[in-house]
Amino acid sequence: MIKRYLTFFAIIVTCGLRLVSQAVDHQHDSPTYAQHEHNEHDGHDHSGHNHDGHDHSGHAHTAPANAQPHAASHDDHAEFDAKATAFHHISDLNVYNIGPWNLPLPCILYASGQGLSFFSSSKFGIDNAHHGSGHYAIDRYVLNEGKVMRIIEPTFPMGKVEIDGFATQETEVDGKKKYIDLVNYQGVPLPLEKSSTADGGIFGGGITGFYDLSISKNVFAMLLVIGLMSLVFISMARHYKRAPGTAPKGAQKLFEPIILFLQDEVAKPFLGEKYARFMPLLLAIFFFILGLNLFGQIPFLGAANVTGNLAVTMVLAILVFIVVNLNGNWHYWQHILWMPGIPAAVKIFVLTPVEILGVIIKPVTLMLRLFANITAGHMVITIFIGLIFIFGKSGESPGAAYGASIGSVLLTLFMMAIELLVAFIQAYVFTLLTASYIGAATEEHHHGHEEASH
Amino acid sequence: MGGSIVAIGMGLAAIGAGIGVGMIGGKALEAIARQPEAIGDIRANMILTAALVEGAALIAIILAYLVA
Amino acid sequence: MDSIILLSMDFSPIKPNFGLLLWTVIVFLIFWLIIGKLAFKPIIKALNDRANDIQDSLNAAKTAREEMKSLISENERISAEAREEKMRIIRDAKESANALIAEARDKAKEEAQRIVTNAKADIENAKKAALVDVKNQVGAMAIDIAETVIRQKLSADSEQQDYIKRLVEEIKVN
Repeated sequence: MIKRYLTFFAIIVTCGLRLVSQAVDHQHDSPTYAQHEHNEHDGHDHSGHNHDGHDHSGHAHTAPANAQPHAASHDDHAEFDAKATAFHHISDLNVYNIGPWNLPLPCILYASGQGLSFFSSSKFGIDNAHHGSGHYAIDRYVLNEGKVMRIIEPTFPMGKVEIDGFATQETEVDGKKKYIDLVNYQGVPLPLEKSSTADGGIFGGGITGFYDLSISKNVFAMLLVIGLMSLVFISMARHYKRAPGTAPKGAQKLFEPIILFLQDEVAKPFLGEKYARFMPLLLAIFFFILGLNLFGQIPFLGAANVTGNLAVTMVLAILVFIVVNLNGNWHYWQHILWMPGIPAAVKIFVLTPVEILGVIIKPVTLMLRLFANITAGHMVITIFIGLIFIFGKSGESPGAAYGASIGSVLLTLFMMAIELLVAFIQAYVFTLLTASYIGAATEEHHHGHEEASH
Repeated sequence: MGGSIVAIGMGLAAIGAGIGVGMIGGKALEAIARQPEAIGDIRANMILTAALVEGAALIAIILAYLVA
Repeated sequence: MDSIILLSMDFSPIKPNFGLLLWTVIVFLIFWLIIGKLAFKPIIKALNDRANDIQDSLNAAKTAREEMKSLISENERISAEAREEKMRIIRDAKESANALIAEARDKAKEEAQRIVTNAKADIENAKKAALVDVKNQVGAMAIDIAETVIRQKLSADSEQQDYIKRLVEEIKVN
């Protein structure tokens, strides 16, 4: 037994060391590449490499020509920024990155003055060594680290235009650091805008000049996973129809206990007699979340952070909100708006606002819980792997990197095991809470009175 | 400096959730020890409650991020 | 990591992109409504049908077992009855046989008694007859003897006459 554990441990450590040695090799290579990049930049805009801490004026974005492009980590010694790396790895991209490769995905972009553009992100000339930044601007769109952005400048030529590179500018607005992405074109840094987001500015996004409706990395992963699962489920259903009453086989054996578990442990206790109506929704929610949670955890397959994206969980939560409130019976609404047996003043000033708030908070917590759990898992794994580079000081001390890799790999492995558990638990919890919300909204009258009297 | 205050807030949120989840787990174990036949119900409720507590912590962390 | 600047320092997953929102709505609605109709509903129906099937089979097996049990008890009752009947018949037969035997024995005893009694009576009779006969014969013989004796001595004196008289008296006494 101990021997087996030792073998297992040895395999892990070997894998980790190989990973590190590759990474360190890569790091040793990088200065030359960086130099190359510098030269390219130097030809056009030397100021892009001045690590100028004082020059971010705060008004730079209003006058792009005067901006002092400044890079957060633009020194000759590339410094590993764990936070930025983690943010990059969990974000949605317009390329599908597997290992060092960035595979092109279709871009569907809409800008108000410009109409709909449809092309493959390979047209940007993806540079695999630079996290998938593009070499060209297409109709004012550029690919910055795998993400499509748009050049605000209206005088910028349309069509395919070669660009020199990207930079970022740090500005301070109301004491908060803000980063503005810039593209270098013919020696002039031009500010970029990100695609529009639906958060209404709460999270720093908002409506910008263009909409990104592309088949992005997350959409691609979603289509892939949901397509595969659909095929599996349809073939399962076909088998049930063809040979009813026979023993399960293949995928049936895997999914049947899960479906029965959801039916008997989630749907029936909360929904009672009406459970059959909501089973497709509950199963869809569960398998949608579980499939994408698990797909996101497969190493070297892009690790698409689909369920860790607020857009995805927001859609799920809004659909749950709609289903719950459409199915809410008179009793449910009575309890929210005009709870019987309570003084009117209390109802108007306390209870009803609180209940209405509760109706909104329930789906919001659903949305945030799934999003935060999955995002946190992805980030923690990225940062644990990043420990290797933090200890290795970007290739300066490979010894420390080797040492850190052992701990890092073990920590990552532990985290992955936890994440596997979290993938199931979050899918289960989301389904369970959906069932309980629907159950509370569709509860029969007399049940409610019993509860109220207690 | 804002970042470090946010970090304290996140830590506090994690502490609260940690205590909560720990108590849930401990009580659940006690309950299972007392009534091993009810393990299924206890586990389901334990996970549900733990998820709710954890949700509160995660919302706190996101709010901390927003305020930062 | 290479020196490329990680430009996008923002926490983008928290900003819901319109494209991702749109595609998620499309994909999830397809998964819910179409796959739900094509796959989930038939699967749930098949599973419930099978569960009901199994329940029905179990119930049928239960009733069959109960029937079997009642059949077995019926059989047992019948065989017990038969056994009792048999016992009763045997007992009756034994009883009647015993009665017959006893009767026969009594009869035989009676007969034997009767025979013995008859025989005894016969013997008595025969004995009596024989005695009479013997007496008669003895008398005759005595007479004969006496005759002879008398013949020989009758001529004699009165003494002899006395003697004869005595003799006759003796015989009379007998």
